[in-house]
Amino acid sequence: MRIKKFVVYLVLFAMAIVMLIPFAWMVLSSFKEADEVFTYEMSWLPSTLTLSGYGRAFTEQPFLRYGLNSVFVSTIITIIQLITSVLAGYAFARLKFVGRNLVFMIYLAAMMIPSQATIIPSYILIRKAGLIDSYAGLTLPFLAGPFGAFMMRQFFLSMPESLEEAGIIDGCSRFQVLTKIILPLSKPALASLGLFTFMGAWNDFMWPLIIINRDSMRTLQVGLSLMRSDIYPDWPMMMAASVLATLPIMIAFLSAQKQFVESLTFTGVKY
Amino acid sequence: MHFRWKRLGNEQTKTALLALLPSFIIFAAFTVYPIVYSLYLSFFNASLLSSNRTYVGLANYSNLLQNPTFQKAVENTLQYTIGVVPIGIALSLGTAVLLNNQLRFRSFFRASFFAPVVTSMVAVSIVWTWMLEPNYGLINNLLGLLGIAGPGWLTDPAWSMPSVILLSIWKNLGFNMVIFLAGLQNIPADIYESASLDGVTPFQKLRYITIPMMRGPIGFAFIVSMIKSMQVFGQIYVMTGGGPANSTMVVVYYLYQQAFEFYRSGYASAVAWVLFAAILVLTLIQNRLIKTEV
Repeated sequence: MRIKKFVVYLVLFAMAIVMLIPFAWMVLSSFKEADEVFTYEMSWLPSTLTLSGYGRAFTEQPFLRYGLNSVFVSTIITIIQLITSVLAGYAFARLKFVGRNLVFMIYLAAMMIPSQATIIPSYILIRKAGLIDSYAGLTLPFLAGPFGAFMMRQFFLSMPESLEEAGIIDGCSRFQVLTKIILPLSKPALASLGLFTFMGAWNDFMWPLIIINRDSMRTLQVGLSLMRSDIYPDWPMMMAASVLATLPIMIAFLSAQKQFVESLTFTGVKY
Repeated sequence: MHFRWKRLGNEQTKTALLALLPSFIIFAAFTVYPIVYSLYLSFFNASLLSSNRTYVGLANYSNLLQNPTFQKAVENTLQYTIGVVPIGIALSLGTAVLLNNQLRFRSFFRASFFAPVVTSMVAVSIVWTWMLEPNYGLINNLLGLLGIAGPGWLTDPAWSMPSVILLSIWKNLGFNMVIFLAGLQNIPADIYESASLDGVTPFQKLRYITIPMMRGPIGFAFIVSMIKSMQVFGQIYVMTGGGPANSTMVVVYYLYQQAFEFYRSGYASAVAWVLFAAILVLTLIQNRLIKTEV
């Protein structure tokens, strides 16, 4: 039994090291001097710890601007997507109206559509609206989605209806019922959807890639993808930029690991 | 009484429409309309940059199926899927089984396996490009210590696809692992206990208890991973750009090139619909699986 446990630990530690090596390599390389990486005698540790890679990410590339764009776009998408999903989810779960089941079925079916299948008409639409190179163009398609509405509906259906009835008898309006009674009880679902949406928006690549031409409007992911250059690429700078692009999500992940894992498995149907 | 109910119903309909409206506008504009319009567009010879178009019937589809680059893209996408999905699932199932013991450092292990899942594909692709760099990169340096001269991973057509596959397995391992961990927790512990009393070996337990009991989650992971594999794009864009010699040209990268580099929006829409159809078939199989499980 002892031996078996030992083997399990051994295998898991070995795997964990393999999984973490790319992160270690990224962080260690980011502190190296620009030319230090081009030596045949590879070393793990930087000879002198330098922040010059980070400096170049901000001076040679408008990396701060990319970062601010990403923060702004992801935040807007997350907040508005939460609002539209709560409203739509509540309508589907609690309000009776003609065609409810039909509309809901269409929402459900649409979850099967891969984003690449809709990207050309979406692009044409945004261009016709004159929104290329704008925050509106970056965010509009993601301000609502069938998945969020579906998820909130399922959550609301799991709540006892008697709470809302009590609220209505006490003279609350529908809107007050939603904001004063339901939302405070929906924090776990809101956190899951919010986390999932923010991460998706932060890491999204294809849409910002096609919709943005102006350098100052690029997001982190697009800026990062364009950093590859000539024969002697500035690896320390690119690693520094990768660290910065990874850091916010990584910090959130490490501080709310359980929530993250649950959010992603629950939302596993959508990618 | 009857009258009041009707009024209440009307009030509800009004509220419902107001609540649904914001979501519905976005949904209609960026999901429903585009999927219909891209089908329509796929029957036209159209340019992304102008509104002139000519009806060509099914010509885009027949050209597409005969196009050698598209054929190569389909072939590569299948190769990628076959490379990523079975190995990835076997690895994540194995990891989940190991992790499903009473262990110390459990959350450390889970965090390290899951970390690549939350990281951006662009960032990890750049890191891997640097690790796979032939002269100064980590992997060839480590191979050098063993006396092996590593190839130009991303510049040699024979190694480019395996490199992308390796990165993708690493990136997705944690995702399937947590799905399997959740599934393993549903297997009653006494089955294993009575098996142990009967002298069943750990391998037999895996083969005759764990895998049969995990049919549902494994099936789910298979389909989801296959659908994801068919949509592979970010790592190709960053690491290889479809090359060298089209050795990593995949369907979505082909779609991206045709639409946004060559502006052939009609033709690219046909690609989009072929992709959609393939994913639809997989999703329907998945729904079937879920229903038979229940």
